[in-house]
Amino acid sequence: MYAFDIERPATIADAIKALGSGETQALGGGQTLIPTLKQRLAAPERLVCLSGIKEMQGICTADDGALCIGGGTTHATVAAGAGAYPALAALAGHIGDPAVRNRGTIGGSLANNDPSACYPAAALGSGAVVITSNREIAADDFFQGMFTTALEDGEIITEVRFPVPEKASYQKFEQPASRFALVGVFVAKYGTGVRVAVTGASEGGVFRWSEAEAALSSNFAPGALKGLALSADGMISDLHGSGAYRAHLAGVMTRRAVAAAG
Amino acid sequence: MPKDGGIGASTKRREDIRFLTGNGNYTDDINLRGQAYVHFLRSDVAHGRLNKVDTGDAEGMPGVLRIFTGKDFEGVGGLPCGWQVTDRFGEVMQEPGHPVLAQGKVRHVGDPIAAVVAETYAQARDAAEAIVLDIEELPAVVDMKAALKEGAPKVHDELKSNLCYDWGFVEENKAAVDEAFAKAAHVTTLELVNQRLVANPMEPRVAVGDFNRSTGDSTLYTTSQNPHVIRLLMGAFVLGIPEHKLRVVAPDVGGGFGSKIFHYAEEAFCTFAAKALNRPVKWTCSRSEAFMTDAHGRDHVTKIELALDKDNNFIAIRTDTHANMGAYLSTFAPSVPTWLHGTLMAGNYKTPLIYVNVKAVFTNTVPVDAYRGAGRPEATFQLERVIDKAARELGVDPIALRRQNFITEFPYATPVAVEYDTGDYHATMDKLEEIADFKGFAARRKASEAKGRLRGLGINCYIEACGIAPSNLVGQLGARAGLYESATVRVNATGGLVVMTGSHSHGQGHETSFAQVVAEMIGIDASMVEIVHGDTANTPMGMGTYGSRSIAVGGSAMVRATEKIINKAKRIAAHLMEASEADIELKDGQFSVAGTDKSVAWGDVTLAAYVPHNYPLAEVEPGLEETAFYDPSNFTYPAGAYACEVEVDPETGRVTIERFAAADDFGNIINPMIVSGQVHGGIGQGIGQALLESCVYDENGQLQTGSYMDYAMPRADDVPFYRVDHSCQTPCTHNPLGVKGCGEAGAIGSPPAVVNAVIDALQSVGKNVTHIDMPLSPSRVWQAMQG
Repeated sequence: MYAFDIERPATIADAIKALGSGETQALGGGQTLIPTLKQRLAAPERLVCLSGIKEMQGICTADDGALCIGGGTTHATVAAGAGAYPALAALAGHIGDPAVRNRGTIGGSLANNDPSACYPAAALGSGAVVITSNREIAADDFFQGMFTTALEDGEIITEVRFPVPEKASYQKFEQPASRFALVGVFVAKYGTGVRVAVTGASEGGVFRWSEAEAALSSNFAPGALKGLALSADGMISDLHGSGAYRAHLAGVMTRRAVAAAG
Repeated sequence: MPKDGGIGASTKRREDIRFLTGNGNYTDDINLRGQAYVHFLRSDVAHGRLNKVDTGDAEGMPGVLRIFTGKDFEGVGGLPCGWQVTDRFGEVMQEPGHPVLAQGKVRHVGDPIAAVVAETYAQARDAAEAIVLDIEELPAVVDMKAALKEGAPKVHDELKSNLCYDWGFVEENKAAVDEAFAKAAHVTTLELVNQRLVANPMEPRVAVGDFNRSTGDSTLYTTSQNPHVIRLLMGAFVLGIPEHKLRVVAPDVGGGFGSKIFHYAEEAFCTFAAKALNRPVKWTCSRSEAFMTDAHGRDHVTKIELALDKDNNFIAIRTDTHANMGAYLSTFAPSVPTWLHGTLMAGNYKTPLIYVNVKAVFTNTVPVDAYRGAGRPEATFQLERVIDKAARELGVDPIALRRQNFITEFPYATPVAVEYDTGDYHATMDKLEEIADFKGFAARRKASEAKGRLRGLGINCYIEACGIAPSNLVGQLGARAGLYESATVRVNATGGLVVMTGSHSHGQGHETSFAQVVAEMIGIDASMVEIVHGDTANTPMGMGTYGSRSIAVGGSAMVRATEKIINKAKRIAAHLMEASEADIELKDGQFSVAGTDKSVAWGDVTLAAYVPHNYPLAEVEPGLEETAFYDPSNFTYPAGAYACEVEVDPETGRVTIERFAAADDFGNIINPMIVSGQVHGGIGQGIGQALLESCVYDENGQLQTGSYMDYAMPRADDVPFYRVDHSCQTPCTHNPLGVKGCGEAGAIGSPPAVVNAVIDALQSVGKNVTHIDMPLSPSRVWQAMQG
């Protein structure tokens, strides 16, 4: 780790001000950033710690029934407090281990957009709205490829709004070492249709599987997926599995998610 | 019922109180006044010519005390290898130098190039980044067979080739083995990889060097399984410091699994630099550094053939193994694929003819050396896999095939140079059938099918050689050290004892189990016995802890020393009671005269030894302190039978271990709870190898599994509750406790059971899968099922 300064703003406004000057980096729960710093793979002059901002914490329900989660809310808090959206609570409860869940935040995870992270699948699969310090971004527009998002410099995620579906499930097949998603599939059934988001598999990061969505929108049953398969092209191929294996797993996990959603 | 604290009692581990309450004293807890810190600049290429190391800018950085490079170690010895193997043509192995800091070339990612000593660790690291390197990258050799091809780049320019040795065992049997294969009714062949592993003890390595200017003495605090061995190797071969001017301390050590046996460059560096700078110098290894500097384990590529006659009797075994040495010869590396592997190829079976060929190869990778089991897991895996494959090819029950070929008469001289003293392989198999509930398997398989899972049952036997080793024998085999063990028993005036052992405990529980032995022998409470280990200044010269040798060899030395104590105490007691020494009996801490009601207590005798007012001073020296060295006459041969039940998810290839049972014969048992714990840990590591762990290099020699993000360690939920049993006991015939050793059995005996179980599961649904190389990761199992 290189030496750095740290600021601990108490409000979103102060955080934005702090992020606006010099070579700064926002620090959420630090579950990716701190190991990166320890490896000396990043050298920000100043960190702006978001975990002391009360207005970015917690879970509530909006008038339209959407579940609103503050950007600084930890996975453990979501696991315990998002009972209105059980599939989301279950997803949060299976990220990493208790130490990770007590530090890592939803905003940090989405802003990082790790191609194997769980939350991007939930946000995209739910058609969530990412609310930042200066705008609202639809999940469909937010994720722009591996570790890339629509966020601009100095912009932070203050809240994420999840429309609550009729049924949903997230099925994660864990990479044996990291236990990140080798492939994770989030399936959510809304009155307007079904959304299917796949994480872990693609070189382009989280994506929607439109053929599966169409098939499930007309018949929300595992059997509706029969004959559908993702191409191995563009899938991640590494020590833990080939692109073909990931494409295959995406199909299996989608079927299992539909079955689990009931 | 054994007495609590005595032999046979599951006495709770006394050392756990300090470990569990954060009061352990590990090497990284040692901070000396004026201590400086070292950071090693390491090669990020696998193979390169070191043209220039420019430390000019770095030397002026804040806090820097001195920067060392390979030049500073010219004229200083290299890291020695402790075992010289002679090849099948009578030539000694090729043995390259191993400098403390790289000289001329770098040979693996992680090879240390420069060492920056500074006031703080961060300053040392900052300065290391300012060192300018001119490295001409050379093609790396990673694959062993490619490394042996004509024209392959050489890891060591001064050697003839990348072949360390070509070992044949037993060379004289080769023609007879080939002949047996020619006339065999059936031959089963299996090609397999026993993959490279990283030991990953919980505590990374640490070294603190210290130099006392007033006495001229050097001290090294280090995470070692054998401080005396480090003192000998580093003092005599690297730094030229005689033993009486060098102290090596290995305090509490958080696991080793073999990786902390060896003498490492960082130990020599810190000792050397402390003297050069006249300040203590500390190095604490990061986990990332551990992945690329701790000696790795296994890494064999093997072809094994098993020949059977028409009645399914094993008639011959022939193996061809390539064993990776890495870039340099680590301390005991040459012995692992040879004398710790070839000698176990008979397993539990009366195969009359065996020939083992091993080609040890240098590559641009981290050195490979002993890791829990060391050679014996490699032997067991190939043998028990090929037997299982043979049973399937022949359509016979794998247990029946094994039973038919079991050795049943002891002592048994194998065709691979060792003599098993005792054993009862049918007994452990009978016990396994009972505890694993084979009868219930069919119903369990059905239940798995109902969930859409494939269930498989795999079994295997194992034998291993522990209690290394008779010094005269290993000397003939190339060991450059003796392998006895030592103990000093010091009785204090008021009756308490301190046992100073040359063994070292880094998780094994010696402080509890060794005390149980001495307490039992004298008949006193175990709380009166303290076990001291880990400091060359206060323990007799001993060879340390590895190879499941501590109770068999170190425990035997302790028994011998305690016997001397008891004999002397009896003479004193005889004097005190005015009786003949021959009539003195010791029971429950009381000396009595046989046939009378006269007695004196243990404490009366120990007090007399130190306050010799009424004492036979003319015949007996005062004091009560004895030392014994014990050199075993043979190895010990623990053996057993293991069973594993797995479920395979056919859609994903994921394997889960549903049941695991182990029936072991460890001879006599001192502390059953500790023995169970050792077996549990060993099985955990074996399951880790079978399903999860693999150290992978790419073709350029870059380590692809350099962190836990990619190197899969077993976690608690990867393993089931085990059924372990060690009630089958055929005591060792040649050591005083009748013990065999239990530290490695679990890691040796479990991988084949897991793989056999997965093959069983896949074949149960008609998949023609005969082998999958470890680790049986989901993607590999799924891929195998697609064929």
